[in-house]
Amino acid sequence: MSEKGMFGIQGSGDTSGFGGLVNTTATIGSTERPFGGYFDQVADDLERAYPLFSDAIEKVVVDRGELTLFVKRDRLFDVAKILRDQLRFEMCISVSGVHYPSEIGRELHSVYSLLSITRNQRIRLEVCVSEKDPHLPSLVEVWAGTNWHERETYDMFGIIFDNHPGLTRILMPDDWSGFPQRKDYPLGGIEIEYKGATIPAPSERRSYK
Amino acid sequence: MSTFTDPYASSQETTEGRVYSVTGGDWDALVTEIGATKEERVVLNMGPQHPSTHGVLRLILELEGETITETRCGIGYLHTGIEKNTEFRNWTQGVTFVTRMDYLSPIFNETAYCLGVEKLLGITNDVTERATVIRVMMMEFNRISSHMVALGTGALELGALSPMIFAFREREKVLDIFELLSGLRMNMAYIRPGGLAQDLPDDALSKIKATVKDLRHSFKDNEKLLVGNSIFMKRTQGIGYLDLAGCTTLGITGPVLRATGLAWDLRKAQPYCGYENYEFDIPTTDSCDVYGRFLIRMQELEQSLRIIEQCVLKLEKLEGQPVMVADKKIAWPSQLSVGADGMGNSLNHIREIMGESMEALIHHFKLVTEGFRVPAGQVYTAIESPRGELGAHLVSDGGTRPYRVHFRDPSFNNLQSTAAMCEGGQISDVIAAVASIDPVMGGVDR
Repeated sequence: MSEKGMFGIQGSGDTSGFGGLVNTTATIGSTERPFGGYFDQVADDLERAYPLFSDAIEKVVVDRGELTLFVKRDRLFDVAKILRDQLRFEMCISVSGVHYPSEIGRELHSVYSLLSITRNQRIRLEVCVSEKDPHLPSLVEVWAGTNWHERETYDMFGIIFDNHPGLTRILMPDDWSGFPQRKDYPLGGIEIEYKGATIPAPSERRSYK
Repeated sequence: MSTFTDPYASSQETTEGRVYSVTGGDWDALVTEIGATKEERVVLNMGPQHPSTHGVLRLILELEGETITETRCGIGYLHTGIEKNTEFRNWTQGVTFVTRMDYLSPIFNETAYCLGVEKLLGITNDVTERATVIRVMMMEFNRISSHMVALGTGALELGALSPMIFAFREREKVLDIFELLSGLRMNMAYIRPGGLAQDLPDDALSKIKATVKDLRHSFKDNEKLLVGNSIFMKRTQGIGYLDLAGCTTLGITGPVLRATGLAWDLRKAQPYCGYENYEFDIPTTDSCDVYGRFLIRMQELEQSLRIIEQCVLKLEKLEGQPVMVADKKIAWPSQLSVGADGMGNSLNHIREIMGESMEALIHHFKLVTEGFRVPAGQVYTAIESPRGELGAHLVSDGGTRPYRVHFRDPSFNNLQSTAAMCEGGQISDVIAAVASIDPVMGGVDR
């Protein structure tokens, strides 16, 4: 996938440098043991507590001093429960989405930041699903605090969290169509309708482009 | 059945039964009609424009008399798409956007973001000590100004007007310091990837010392008004109860968590910006209620002052050290200075790049128009904001613009506890409970 330009700038005449800018997405490969720090201990404990470890974890990435476990979506709920109950990750601090349109079949990533107060440790879970089948198990049963975070991720990326107690839009209006944080969704570009009057999209309001 | 033609008060038949909408109009006529039915359930919309709901927060309360049986929050009224916008600007410009999220703690937003960018760039250890100490000092000043709003408006919402006057008086002094240092009172974009926008002005330290002394003295005014005040205690003690188990499952951090007796503060637990080198305490209570949270905020003011004093001592020794990384490929090129009209480009710097150094001009041009490239990867950096854990999840694809910026805002998360705190209580307790969460809707909706 490549992205080009800002505000629809095309051809020459643009000296900002943004016009010819091409973005390509890069991914980081998996890490081999030893992971360093407490990460080996977390992986060991999880392997001991969860016999299906090798089947559930797609890859382990240690980058910039942070541990990311890529979990298969079918196993996410089990892994989360074991992390909470046996590895003492009491808090799911945040759920965030990322959209990688270039990763065919795993375009949408859901990223969970977990915190253990008891062990004073942080890890990250990442789950990949496709745009065509954007279903994930909801973790509200494990950590009630993921409720709004999952609603936000649904609102912005269209990831559907199965068994969520009330998966509705949270930041955008209820009747909004489209998922604004996806990469193919424009910045601006949406006409604003208010009480019958229509205001052109922000990107259309200027005479210059 | 409906005899209304009033647009502000009408009733209609729905699948849930007859619904009466009251937003004004003829009260007597409405009461007569409602009196004819046996339904007692009232759903009350408090907000989004209610003065006591802390910004544009909509609370949907289901009532039985004065008792709340169910509460839900409606948010999103202040959603401005900041996270999406940052994907269309370079990494340095991102600071200008994220500072506007939680508008009461702009310095914290900037710091969380910049620590993340620096971690992605791998330059965390290259940031000079002077820049880090100034960051800490600014954050602690910001903690004071933010807590002042929490305490002042919190008390105001409970009907106590004087604390608000005093709190905003103190806040003004802190904002004056911000203006002196950065040229702006809020949304400063002062902290930049690699360091700071500019160094302290010459007279800064002496003014900071005077302000610290002044603040320590005048904080007592509010303390005398609120601590031990029997009316205030009756409105806040045992109200908005949330214990440790509730906090952990809901992911609650900050003063709400510390009011359960757990001394969890990222400044101590997972130090960043050299917080391990400062002496300060973490105030806690174990009352789990609104009053306990107020007390914690009040005690944190003194701890922030202690940290600022230590910062001043350190800064006196670090005189002359740069406040930006040495790498000219990353350091924001413009040399800003505070003028009569705020922060702007230093004329000396413009003279140099336009007249003397071609290289400086090229760097300036490349960095300002295109920005620096950040190696691909993702990081999550968390800091202790006045409201709890503020986290920045940053993803880079190797380009000059962020691939994804997500802020884990403590207000967004903590507001989820409204139902747990309010259900079963009275309407008036909702105001106290929400005030004790101290949500800032700019941060909630981003």
